[in-house]
Amino acid sequence: MKRLGQRFFLGLVLVLLYAPIFILLIYSVNSAKFSLQWQGFSLRWYQELFQDRALWEAFFNSIALGLCASLLATVIGVLTCVNLFISRQKQHALYLLLLLLVIIPDLVLGVSLLIFFNLSQIPLGFFSLLIAHITFCIPFVVLTINARITTMDPNLYFSALDLGASRYLALTRILLPLLWPAVLSAFLLSFTLSFDDVIISYFVAGPDFSILPLAIYSLVRAGVTPELNALCSITFGLSMVLVVISHRLSRKTT
Amino acid sequence: MKTKAYSVYILYIWLFLFSFLPLLLVLAVSVLSKDSNKLVTLPLTLSNYAGLFTPVFAKILLRSVLIALLTTGLCLLVAYPFSYFMIKSRHRSLLLLLIIIPFWTSSLIRTYALIAILKYKGLLNALLLKWHIIDAPLSLLYSNFAVISGLVYNLFPFMVLPIVNNMERFDFRLLEAAQDLGASRWAAFTRVFLPGTAAGVLSGCILVFLPAMTLFYIPNVLGGARSILLGNLIQNQFLVLEDWPQGAATSAVLTAILLLLLACYRQQNKGRAR
Repeated sequence: MKRLGQRFFLGLVLVLLYAPIFILLIYSVNSAKFSLQWQGFSLRWYQELFQDRALWEAFFNSIALGLCASLLATVIGVLTCVNLFISRQKQHALYLLLLLLVIIPDLVLGVSLLIFFNLSQIPLGFFSLLIAHITFCIPFVVLTINARITTMDPNLYFSALDLGASRYLALTRILLPLLWPAVLSAFLLSFTLSFDDVIISYFVAGPDFSILPLAIYSLVRAGVTPELNALCSITFGLSMVLVVISHRLSRKTT
Repeated sequence: MKTKAYSVYILYIWLFLFSFLPLLLVLAVSVLSKDSNKLVTLPLTLSNYAGLFTPVFAKILLRSVLIALLTTGLCLLVAYPFSYFMIKSRHRSLLLLLIIIPFWTSSLIRTYALIAILKYKGLLNALLLKWHIIDAPLSLLYSNFAVISGLVYNLFPFMVLPIVNNMERFDFRLLEAAQDLGASRWAAFTRVFLPGTAAGVLSGCILVFLPAMTLFYIPNVLGGARSILLGNLIQNQFLVLEDWPQGAATSAVLTAILLLLLACYRQQNKGRAR
């Protein structure tokens, strides 16, 4: 009886957590435009969505931005973690800077980058977004990679050196293969972060470069439409797939 | 053997240039004056901070804090038993994944999804009418109720994850030991389990409270004209009014409040560790 109550509670919370998304999904394939009533399955809203040139542009901009930002953030994060691992130096100042970046609200980071770009004459657009996205992805990359690398034995690397491997070889044949799942997981998480970010992008995007989350935001403020339901369903589905893959990968590492 | 970690400096330079320096600039701009052409200009002034001691600002600050507190309380009320049942469950890893998914997916989209439920002709009203709980549809959307629902809905995983993390490390034999020594179940809970998991609760509360004050799009989407929170105020000052110095001062005050909270939290934790 008690277990039943517990299961009921767990189930109820999860239903409340996922119900809005499922309802969104159902509405997106409902052929009715305004009504709550179910008027039959239809992919009409998806078809109409796919004809929107501006949204496609925003979508591809977001993909390009996400790929570049997560790639660069991952490279910077991996280089840092590997180097700290090999040199066995403690970089307290670095951890403080990363901690600062984590605890500062997105809003304040967005505002501060807007001021920075304005004063340093960096025009708002792809480049400013790229810098901002790399910056907020870095702490998550370092966290993910560090969780894995600290469980590894540094002697693996040093034995490879002793056995005559060059530093490059020891890195690419020993360390990176061991780190690979964590690296991929960090990359995917960075991509979803970049792909979904509204707050920071809102400040640094500028008027000429459109990305998907901001396009969605301006549509959301205009109100509920079936096309928007379809768009949100697709975007949510995409992030969900990436998160599940990344979760699988990160569990493999431990 | 010690190698120089040169590539670490890439990260140092990056973080200095793109997070530390910009944050310093916020402080700098907050003591400058407004200029309609260049946005900011000399002379130095403290009037932007003085501008924050107005009844309007105090009202917004108070409302933000109240709404954030309510959100935190509601999240905790659900998340604490949820986390407990979750780690006792056989399907723990699946449940964890189900909590992590919303953590990483777009919270804007999840906020949008709430509109269809809360709106005047939405699902909630339809259900309540059907079950004869209400006679006429309620206007739920564009109210503080909608804002708090949106915040709780979005920030719930932020409360669960640290609590679960903490409870997983709790040694449940301590509870048996307490009961063996004659403590009632209630006493074992309040004197052993609650203090033992308080650190997780505190981190969760901070992780919910901080964003609750700054997620400006949730009040924008779900709230009415009067549900302006601190986040919306800053957004307005920067992008609508273009009063950067005032906006920077507000951001600085917000950050100061948050840092103060975190400092209290650290102090609390240190006290416990001793």
